[in-house]
Amino acid sequence: MSLQLDFPAVLERWPSFLAGAALTLELAAFATVLGALLGTLAAVGRGTHNALISGACKVYVEAIRNTPLLVQIFLVYFGLASLGLKLSAFTVAVAALTINVGAYTAEIMRAGFEAIPRGQIEAAEGLALSRLQIYWHIILLPAVEKVYPALTSQFVLLMLASSICSQISAEELTAVANYIQSDTYRAFETYIIVAVLYVILSLIMRAGFWGLGLVLFPRRRRLGTPL
Amino acid sequence: MQQNPSPSEPIVSLRDVQKSFGALRVLDGVSFAVERGEVLALIGRSGSGKSTALRCIDRFEKVDGGEIVVCGHRVDRPDVDLRALRQDVGIVFQSYNLFPHLTIEQNITLAPCAVKGMAASQARDLARKVLAQVGLEEKLHAYPEQLSGGQQQRAAIARSLAMQPKVMLFDEVTSALDPELTAEVLKVIEQLAADGMTMVMVTHEMGFAKGIADRIVFMHRGKVHETGPASILTSPTTPELMQFVGTGNLKS
Repeated sequence: MSLQLDFPAVLERWPSFLAGAALTLELAAFATVLGALLGTLAAVGRGTHNALISGACKVYVEAIRNTPLLVQIFLVYFGLASLGLKLSAFTVAVAALTINVGAYTAEIMRAGFEAIPRGQIEAAEGLALSRLQIYWHIILLPAVEKVYPALTSQFVLLMLASSICSQISAEELTAVANYIQSDTYRAFETYIIVAVLYVILSLIMRAGFWGLGLVLFPRRRRLGTPL
Repeated sequence: MQQNPSPSEPIVSLRDVQKSFGALRVLDGVSFAVERGEVLALIGRSGSGKSTALRCIDRFEKVDGGEIVVCGHRVDRPDVDLRALRQDVGIVFQSYNLFPHLTIEQNITLAPCAVKGMAASQARDLARKVLAQVGLEEKLHAYPEQLSGGQQQRAAIARSLAMQPKVMLFDEVTSALDPELTAEVLKVIEQLAADGMTMVMVTHEMGFAKGIADRIVFMHRGKVHETGPASILTSPTTPELMQFVGTGNLKS
């Protein structure tokens, strides 16, 4: 038994691979931005004294964290369809991934909020800052800095998990691979290439988050110490 | 609500203030007043209610009863304008509470810009001015973690001064510092007193209280037990204060 690999036969499909990789990155970018917003709102909501809002946020977070992503994707896909909403596979994928990563983001952000010492908030109140100003300057930005490594890992994980969206025929990297391997009968070669491409996408995302961190956290850039 | 009391009215006045935490009565009918330019030292054992009394002035604690008037604000009322009150009152804490992610300059300029709408360039000039007041001009662009405890506390005082408060509250501001760093913070507070700042300070530094305070309020079990000029520390009339100053280290 000998292993024969024929990469050229697969690699000549490089435009498709590239298009798939680009779409995966695009999916991840949309879901990261929207999920970060949704998750932060859910974390804030969970911390409010309003039992209804706080309860709703808790139910959302627990429902998502205790069901498989694939099931969530199908629920959004078929759910929206049965409501008569005709949306593209890409839109459905972004919506499902946003809802998913939002729940994990909420838990990470909640940890960040809880790590802000009470004295910081009292000092800000003593300086007559408004509640919104305190939330922005004293709670949100330092909290994000504290949990930034956990957040970015979660968003990279989300990009990798987006391969499941091939199941609703969003034309992302894994869907493209499925298509190519059934066309060329070179499954092993195809998925080796896909694996390498996912590694490259991860590295691109990590580099992006590293650069964003330098802009967002000037103190860390100068001193290099965690908050 | 009157914002600028006439010179004859006290800046801070507490009348029969009551405060309980659960079943524990922390303030049991506390009354005292602070006149403009006066330095009042609140002393007493741990748990005597002195820190709680101080925190009630800036409404970090809500009182259960009695009346508190600060710069014309009725602090005991539920409808008090907290942000207006806190523009008139500066507070400095034992644990400094500088914002760790901001430079000293940003710590100082944040509130004047955000609360008073001051222009950034004007706020930076102000930061330089108040830092000079506490002897820290060279730390303008440093982060809090790069400063010693004493320097951090002086920066926190500068941050409060930048809001140009009418009265400053100090809550055991040297309790976390060694004697040398304590001395540099106390020097700054002394200078403020000399400049005529109205101040209320909770302190365990008896020698300092004696040297700087116009009036001493000795609290015991949630009540004002003895009050008078600084001389009461050397000639107390109640056995409780006698015992308290006897056990404390009274530096001259």
